Amino acid sequence: MSLLALSDITIRYSRLTAVRNVSFSMDEGEILFITGPNGAGKSSLLRAIAGVTPVAGGRIDLAGHEITGQAPENIARLGFSMVPEGRDVFGSLTTEENLLVGTGMHARERGWRSRAADELEAVYATFPMLKERRHGQAGLLSGGQQQMLVIGRALMTNPRLVAIDEPSLGLAPNINDQVYERLIALRAQRQLTLLIVEQSSARAMMVGGRMILMRGGQIVLDGDARTLGNGEAIQAAYFGYEDN
Amino acid sequence: MLQILFDALSLGSLYALGALGIALIFGVMRLVNFAHGDVIAFCVFALLWPSTDAMAIVFAGQLPWYLLVPFVLLCGAGLSVLCEIVVFRRFRQANPATMMIASFALGFVIRYFLLMLFSSRPKSISLLPELSQPVEILGARLPLLQLITIVATMVILIGLTLFLRQTRFGLEMRAAAENFSMARMLGVRANRVIMGAFALSGALAAAIALIFGAQTGTLDIQMGASIMLMAFIATVIGGLGSLGGAVLAGFLLGAASVIMQVMLPIDARPFRDAFVYGAVILVLLFRPQGLIAARGTKERV
Repeated sequence: MSLLALSDITIRYSRLTAVRNVSFSMDEGEILFITGPNGAGKSSLLRAIAGVTPVAGGRIDLAGHEITGQAPENIARLGFSMVPEGRDVFGSLTTEENLLVGTGMHARERGWRSRAADELEAVYATFPMLKERRHGQAGLLSGGQQQMLVIGRALMTNPRLVAIDEPSLGLAPNINDQVYERLIALRAQRQLTLLIVEQSSARAMMVGGRMILMRGGQIVLDGDARTLGNGEAIQAAYFGYEDN
Repeated sequence: MLQILFDALSLGSLYALGALGIALIFGVMRLVNFAHGDVIAFCVFALLWPSTDAMAIVFAGQLPWYLLVPFVLLCGAGLSVLCEIVVFRRFRQANPATMMIASFALGFVIRYFLLMLFSSRPKSISLLPELSQPVEILGARLPLLQLITIVATMVILIGLTLFLRQTRFGLEMRAAAENFSMARMLGVRANRVIMGAFALSGALAAAIALIFGAQTGTLDIQMGASIMLMAFIATVIGGLGSLGGAVLAGFLLGAASVIMQVMLPIDARPFRDAFVYGAVILVLLFRPQGLIAARGTKERV
């Protein structure tokens, strides 16, 4: 059974339809890129899975539970962890406090404190820079550091599926390479299932995995990132030449 | 001189506690809660049996202080949480202006409920009379109550700071105040955080009620409104949503009122409040974002 399944999802903002009848599913351990131009509905889709944007129609299932219309905090408890666009660090909290916010939901389980402490050390091992700045205000970190912080924060909830919305946004290319290096290492380490939204398909072709290309709120291509990659089909799909 | 300092501190304490109660709720749900003053009034009247007689029939007011204080704090927290569940929960998705109007309406409901039970006549009671004895400190004679007010406020402020900084729930509240939807995506329960903020805010209202009741000895259903206005101004000057700013501005307002009371020429003293509000306007002209601008003006979800 798939870990995440969307069927016939439609999202509307008053009269504007952002996503129209989108269906796809993901298996445990998969890496899936959703790419497409601005306004394709990629972020809306992620926010709908996270439960912060209501869906106008369709159904979402996560880890065997229907989560359509559920509160974000309950969806997070099923193992979905979101890194939103623009990073959203809690700027007035310290780096370490940012990392700890998401551990509270396991507070009913036995031994959560020691597990949270282990988890914290694991995140610091992956991102040593965060440890150096652990007691500093998170709002004062650089863009690249903040991106690592929110990825670390997402991991602290011990998720089954991590969704990341445009990790490249506003980062210098070399910093962006570093972020991806860590992500791929983490994925190998923890068998993470990754759902990544990017505007450009270049990164997906580099990393590999599955790629869905969206345009105008619909899926136009779905397949292996590397084989989809080089053809003209992708360009046509991306820019919509066939319409003209 | 010392007398002025203590007057300023004790009046400032009231405003600071009031401002804190408003800032806490604003922080987590962008609601300016105008019913806060009426929660204060409710807590004072919780000390009496309902009756429309001119004479106050004391009920809980007779309890020894170690029972009286928890009782009133519980009344405040309970009423505040009830307001959240019955009223404000329905307005979560509404815009801040709608919520504010709802809070006005709720305030009137509470006030007229008190009016119905107690009539509009002010009642006098002597609450904790042992506190009105004077004590002598560094050559100044001060009412013991003033000293206790200041100490109690400090204890509350330190306790609240520790709570927000050191506990898991405090961390969740701070995260939610800065970016509510992100906090929820990390598993922070919206209802728990909001109810916690209301409970704390209600307990703060109760603390004000106790202090104010003991200070003035008169209970009036309008009494919450006057403190509420000053407290609201303090939250705005402090930077809406900034807890530190609210406390600082509360004390500044208290100090400004007391200093003007002393310094203004005799003829101008009746207009003291006009001068205080004038100073408020000046502050806002130069720092429209408040003394300490709050972070996290992100939209809540």
